[in-house]
Amino acid sequence: MQIKFAIEGGDFATAGCASSQVKKLLKQLNIDPSDIKKIVVALYEAEVNIVAHAYRGTITVQIDPQKIIIVLDDEGPGIADINLAMQEGYSTATSKVREMGFGAGMGLSNIKKNSDELNIESIVGKGTKLTITKFFATS
Amino acid sequence: MKVCDLVNKLNLQVYAGEKGLSREITGGYTSDLLSDVMGNAEQGEIWVTLQTHKNTMAIASLKDLAAIVLVKGNQPEADTAKMSNEEEIPILGTTLSSFEITGRIFEALKL
Ligand SMILES: Nc1ncnc2c1ncn2[C@@H]1O[C@H](COP(=O)(O)OP(=O)(O)O)[C@@H](O)[C@H]1O
Ligand SMILES: [Mg+2]
Repeated sequence: MQIKFAIEGGDFATAGCASSQVKKLLKQLNIDPSDIKKIVVALYEAEVNIVAHAYRGTITVQIDPQKIIIVLDDEGPGIADINLAMQEGYSTATSKVREMGFGAGMGLSNIKKNSDELNIESIVGKGTKLTITKFFATS
Repeated sequence: MKVCDLVNKLNLQVYAGEKGLSREITGGYTSDLLSDVMGNAEQGEIWVTLQTHKNTMAIASLKDLAAIVLVKGNQPEADTAKMSNEEEIPILGTTLSSFEITGRIFEALKL
């Protein structure tokens, strides 16, 4: 099963909508609750990163019997130093975004902690592509 | 303890989400950093914060939190309150600071 979402940069009012829909869907599919919790954290952070840091993007969610693969592809400034961006506390968020409580620099590490595989490809001045994989618990 | 019991005990305001007052509180988390709450709060916890915008409700819903407590007399924005009603996750309020209300909630949940 595959679903797609379009995300607009700067649109904080709808940030989290894709995560919410995927959560509902995973519940309907009877995915293990602890897997759902982790997927929701990872997806929310990645969704918010498009809103906070990029211009626009798409989220493609592929759900297979054993795993979920989420691809977040954005047009944006890209990430010059991915290792630096991965460090907890590093953030280039604007002061306005920080006042809202975003921009703690914990997003990418939250994604890493809550997924099984995280792949980041980025081209400065063009955009960023995150591929997040989580395998479902076997019952 | 249910959210309504805590409301009565600590004399909290109920701004929205009345239908969720029977939710059970399993603990609490105090933070104004959204990623901190996203990464570290647990299902069923009550969240103490000064943030009033709609993204707090998105997080409360995604994390299945019991309720949000706004500190220092802060009130939810209109779209935040609307989402609280839809999600049936109450938004409560106090004039106390995060420090003071967190201490009181901590004591109340111990009993
Ligand atoms: N999609 C993206 N496009 C451009 N830059 C990004 C993107 N995602 C993350 N970044 C960069 O990586 C940094 C760290 O991201 P993250 O850990 O989520 O923290 P935060 O979003 O709180 O700043 C961001 O501040 C930003 O500089
Ligand atoms: Mg982030």
